[in-house]
Amino acid sequence: MSALTAPNLRVEAQGGRATVRVSGALLTEFLADMEGPFAQAAPSETNVDIDLSPLTAFDTGGAWLVSQLRTRLQAQGAEVQIAGAADHLALLTTVTAASPEKTPHELPEHGRWEWVANIGRTLVSGWGDALSLVSFLGQTLSGLADVVVRPHKVRWASLVTHMQDVGFNAVPIIALMGFLIGVVLGFQGASQLQQFGAEVFVVELIGISVLRELGILLTAIIVAGRSGSAFTASVGSMKVQQEIDAMQTLGLDPVRVLVVPRVLALLIMLPLLGFVANLFGLFGGALMSWVSLDVNPGMFLTRLHDNIAVKHLLVGMVKAPFFALVIGVVACWQAFQVKGSSTSVGQRTTSSVVQGIFLVIALDALFSIFFAQLGV
Amino acid sequence: MSDTPERDAIIKVRGLRNQFGPQVVHDNLDLDVWRGEVLGIVGGSGTGKSVLLRTIVGLNKPAAGTIEVLGTNVLTAPEEERRKVETRWGVAFQDGALFSSLTVLQNVMAPMREHLKLSTNLMKELGALKISLVGLPQLACEKLPSELSGGMRKRAALARALALDPQIVFLDEPTAGLDPVGAAAYDDLIGELQRSLGITVFMVTHDLDSLYAICDRIAVLAEKRVLVEGPIETMTDVDHPWVQEYFTGPRARAAQVKGTGNETGGT
Repeated sequence: MSALTAPNLRVEAQGGRATVRVSGALLTEFLADMEGPFAQAAPSETNVDIDLSPLTAFDTGGAWLVSQLRTRLQAQGAEVQIAGAADHLALLTTVTAASPEKTPHELPEHGRWEWVANIGRTLVSGWGDALSLVSFLGQTLSGLADVVVRPHKVRWASLVTHMQDVGFNAVPIIALMGFLIGVVLGFQGASQLQQFGAEVFVVELIGISVLRELGILLTAIIVAGRSGSAFTASVGSMKVQQEIDAMQTLGLDPVRVLVVPRVLALLIMLPLLGFVANLFGLFGGALMSWVSLDVNPGMFLTRLHDNIAVKHLLVGMVKAPFFALVIGVVACWQAFQVKGSSTSVGQRTTSSVVQGIFLVIALDALFSIFFAQLGV
Repeated sequence: MSDTPERDAIIKVRGLRNQFGPQVVHDNLDLDVWRGEVLGIVGGSGTGKSVLLRTIVGLNKPAAGTIEVLGTNVLTAPEEERRKVETRWGVAFQDGALFSSLTVLQNVMAPMREHLKLSTNLMKELGALKISLVGLPQLACEKLPSELSGGMRKRAALARALALDPQIVFLDEPTAGLDPVGAAAYDDLIGELQRSLGITVFMVTHDLDSLYAICDRIAVLAEKRVLVEGPIETMTDVDHPWVQEYFTGPRARAAQVKGTGNETGGT
């Protein structure tokens, strides 16, 4: 390859004929500089020769420029002749033949009332999503019921793997989270209760808030972020790879094969994780009470035993299976909504976590009202 | 261009050795690719056809050997020189490997954005031209790769490979997974682009029809090296069981009839 000389364009007019002489290397990399000269070349003669023979290099970008020039001159009513090396002319022919016709881009109409239509569209699609989610919940429940009635249908290997992923592997983070919550409550409670000499009530504060609400709620939120996202990502990738389609053609029900073991694993492990969080929450609280309020562990335990009824623990634990179901069903449903590409997997994973956490908190609020009405 | 073959090696591979653990894929492999030719690489499964392609384009580091592309030793050249060579080749992967979050047009524009200083409008025009050159309708420009059929994805990948007007185009199994009509159309497309754009094509393929229709030369990979290379007519004379079976089997005979028929009909 010889050194490339920058292209050059000259227009010569002579006795009713104009010659556009292009020399140098007319390559895509020089296109930015050449676009102007080509656009300005406007010989007024009716016969125009475009002479490409001095060109030293030519590519599709250059050919496109020449082809545009010819089209423009012809539109002005000029007779255009092109001369040059055979392979350059062949390239020009190919490019001209391939040049796409200008199609006017159809812009969507942005009328004044577009926002009304958008509200409608959002509502309709939201309603559709809600219906689809409920029907997915139904399928999952029927799959679960099937497994309960006929335990030999449980896919043990899959179930145990997911139990390990969802439950056992999450124990350290859940324990740490519970401990820290206990510490925070103990510390905050101490500084408030000390002001009116009610230090000893810190036990009730920690006991009730951890056992009733925080232990299980925060465990569910961590599990939604940790396992909900994993479910959506892994099942969603299977959807992209057409593995779910393959399953259907093999007569396997994807809900029973993929969703039931995951949801079942969550149903078993989330209460256990919640219990771990409760234990460590109380431990953290007791430690903090001892350090900052001089409530020694013996006193803490006695007071816990005397004043915190078992119902508080039960109220907390009862919620765990519902949270598990919500997290599992939302995560798997989102995975089944994955369409086409890996980008969609990412989007769905995000929505899975956001919706999972939101629904868990909303459900917790409903439970609070429910238990308040019951008076427990 | 192919009428006057310049015996000018655009890719020169010498003493190449590729090894994955104890498994030696290539050993002392030599290969020349001449400027302006269509070279077909064939070989049985596991003979390292794709590994060879990946090694030449720098996706796989060989254990030994030299690779010279456009006069630059791509294995030892400094980063900047390598980049320069990379802008002068285009690679179309087997299933397209298009960026899934970008539209087809944005995919084709991606290398231009990186390497050329052009206005967005100009890049759009050139991108649309490349898309139309590979025979895709303009409607495809705004589509996402996931909305295209397998054949269209392959064409889109070729358009992206051609984005920078490369001198060499690497194709990995370009016709695999296409129906015979689509495969023949793709072959014609590659042949036509090769002639009119004057590019060199390095093609890994299993498709005997492609070999007969567009390849100027064939290189057979076997026994960890290029066992034999030459025009397809000479392949039947090679005294090697795999080559014999490959080029004289029933499929080869059918392809031969079709290939020669195409040539007389096409020119």
